[in-house]
Amino acid sequence: MNLQLTEDGRLRHLLTLDGLPRAIVTQILDTAESFMDVGEREVKKVPLLRGKSIFNLFFEPSTRTRTTFEIAAKRLSADVVNLNIATSSQTKGEAILDTVDNLAAMHADMFIVRHAQSGAAHFIARHVAPHISVVNAGDGRHAHPTQGLLDMFTIRRYKGAFHNLTVAIVGDVLHSRVARSQIHALTTLGVPEVRVIGPKTLLPTGVEQMGVKVFHDMEAGLRGCDVIIMLRLQNERMKGALLPSAQEYFKFFGLTPEKLALAKPDAIVMHPGPMNRGVEIASEVADGPQSVILPQVTYGIAVRMAVMAMLAGGPSA
Amino acid sequence: MKIHIRNGRIIDPMNARDGVGDLYIAAGKIVGNGQAPADFHANRTLDATGLIVCPGLVDLSVRLREPGYEYRATLESEMLAAAAGGITSLACPPDTDPPLDEPGLVEMLKFRAKNLPGPRVYPLGALTQKLEGRALTEMAELTEAGCRAFTQADAPLTDTLVLLRAMEYAATFGFSLWLRPQDVALAREGVAHDGAVASRLGLPGIPALAETVALATILQLARETGARVHLARLSTREGIAMVRAAKAQGLAVSCDVAATHVHLSENDLVGFDAHMHLVPPLRSLRDRDAIREALRDGSLDALCSDHTPVDEDAKQVPFGESEPGASGVELLLPLTLKWAREMGVPLLQALDLVTWKPAQILGVPGGHLSVGACADVCIFDAAAEWVVTPQALASQGDNTPFLGHPMQGRVRYTVIDGHIDFEAPR
Repeated sequence: MNLQLTEDGRLRHLLTLDGLPRAIVTQILDTAESFMDVGEREVKKVPLLRGKSIFNLFFEPSTRTRTTFEIAAKRLSADVVNLNIATSSQTKGEAILDTVDNLAAMHADMFIVRHAQSGAAHFIARHVAPHISVVNAGDGRHAHPTQGLLDMFTIRRYKGAFHNLTVAIVGDVLHSRVARSQIHALTTLGVPEVRVIGPKTLLPTGVEQMGVKVFHDMEAGLRGCDVIIMLRLQNERMKGALLPSAQEYFKFFGLTPEKLALAKPDAIVMHPGPMNRGVEIASEVADGPQSVILPQVTYGIAVRMAVMAMLAGGPSA
Repeated sequence: MKIHIRNGRIIDPMNARDGVGDLYIAAGKIVGNGQAPADFHANRTLDATGLIVCPGLVDLSVRLREPGYEYRATLESEMLAAAAGGITSLACPPDTDPPLDEPGLVEMLKFRAKNLPGPRVYPLGALTQKLEGRALTEMAELTEAGCRAFTQADAPLTDTLVLLRAMEYAATFGFSLWLRPQDVALAREGVAHDGAVASRLGLPGIPALAETVALATILQLARETGARVHLARLSTREGIAMVRAAKAQGLAVSCDVAATHVHLSENDLVGFDAHMHLVPPLRSLRDRDAIREALRDGSLDALCSDHTPVDEDAKQVPFGESEPGASGVELLLPLTLKWAREMGVPLLQALDLVTWKPAQILGVPGGHLSVGACADVCIFDAAAEWVVTPQALASQGDNTPFLGHPMQGRVRYTVIDGHIDFEAPR
């Protein structure tokens, strides 16, 4: 049943953080820590994945996630091939499995997959040959595990531990794969209080059952928080039946310096990017001293290196 | 052909009979039950020792995929599969291509089916032209061509005025309308029950409200117009409660549920198996348990297979892109038996849900074993154990959520109109 672990409990694919054992999450974060200095070196490479072929299989457009995966793979000395399938064979009607089979025939070792459908990475992982690993780089609303992991890495760097934290996730949880991965990672790592804050239209049915506390009043939800994670609000959600306008959203759920002041004085502010300034977050906060949004991006490379290195079975650096 | 079915446990829900005995068939009729008629010389004797003999099953929803979808399944393959499942009469929804909205199409289907071995095929006519939900079909003409009822199947009917007019028109002639309650807007883009599991998996949800809101409209219109309404494929606890209350107030409605929904729930979606993508969606355990109870207390009138063969390519895609539906004619009987075992329901009561009760809803002969009735009989081994595999199924659709599951209960013989149309290989 557990598609992402081998029989002896090692990482085989990375598809979701839901149910991923705490020991593996911690191992990924520790491994990422050991890769942190690679980016600082003059020669930014380690030879762990030399001779391996990694295919970035993006069925949905993405720039930053694809780029950080590419940089991470290259720092591990892998060969990287980028495929933007959204603009190539899929439009010609080729089935996903045919695409995957063709690339496997080119001796791929790993697929980094992004797809608009929830469960797409599971679907591909179930199909590929045993020597191929699949990393989910975002599937529909379901999961974005490397983003969740880099967020945990960021929190650990700034807060040291998880067992004494209150973390708030604010915004469009309903459509967010990032939020789902964060919630699973936070609960797995033992964060005692995870809150989600948003209007009822943007919170999934039964979200409490994922182990979170629900707030509709942002001010109440931010009180006493150590970590505030703002979610991106997609343009298409801003007008219509979910929300009347971006302005009204910002007024009630945008993070301003005044609202930030309700959290603990040393609270950090995170955002998976790309940000909508003035919609979910005020520029003063995004660029302010409590923001760790740019370090998140830097850490993303080390975390993705760690995941790829562990999947390729190499020594944990 | 004269058939003597010997020493079987005869279970005939309509006649409230459950006991060991013999059944005699001649010229397409049941001519003796217990006692052989005078001068009866069987051409064939079927030894039913240790087996159960019941009326042939009447399945209220079987997609035969003709015309238009022969690549998914053919009339031959699916009628054979239905016979292998003990089904002797079936209702076929009109969502073919083209839809069954003209008498000629209905006559053609009936003609094709009549010349093939297998169950009696009763087409359901399209309620609106091309199933588009705008203009009514020629219901009276379609009835003359053989349609037993009118339905949109799973096609949307968004215009409430059209629904009102359809009920008024149908009520004029006494035609019955089969409706699957689902509010189109509330279900839009949804692929799974809107609950904790879909939220966790990030699958767009179809709330239980989509069923109850539509039901409220249908029940109100039925009260107003006096139309005969059958509610197809109920899936929620609240929906069942609404129908129970409407019946208690004296509204003459009937309802059914798909056998898949008696056993599965949203929890089975974990892992994103596209075979669990069904219409209506698999709902919560609470809903499933309400279905199981409502079948026992009689609030639900019938169990059907909702047989929908889908070709494997349409399931070999991510969950949300997959085509919904499950193949099921060969599982209707074992799934009914499984429910009865698990709930401690006597076979006499359980088999009523797949024989006499659906026969009444469809308004067709069969469904009982009275002397003089048409000779539609299912003979099965209630203890036979088997495992669901593509090889074990005659249907061209291998798309069942029960692949790999053990089943108990397998059909030995299916007699339709006095002919042995299916005989299990020994």
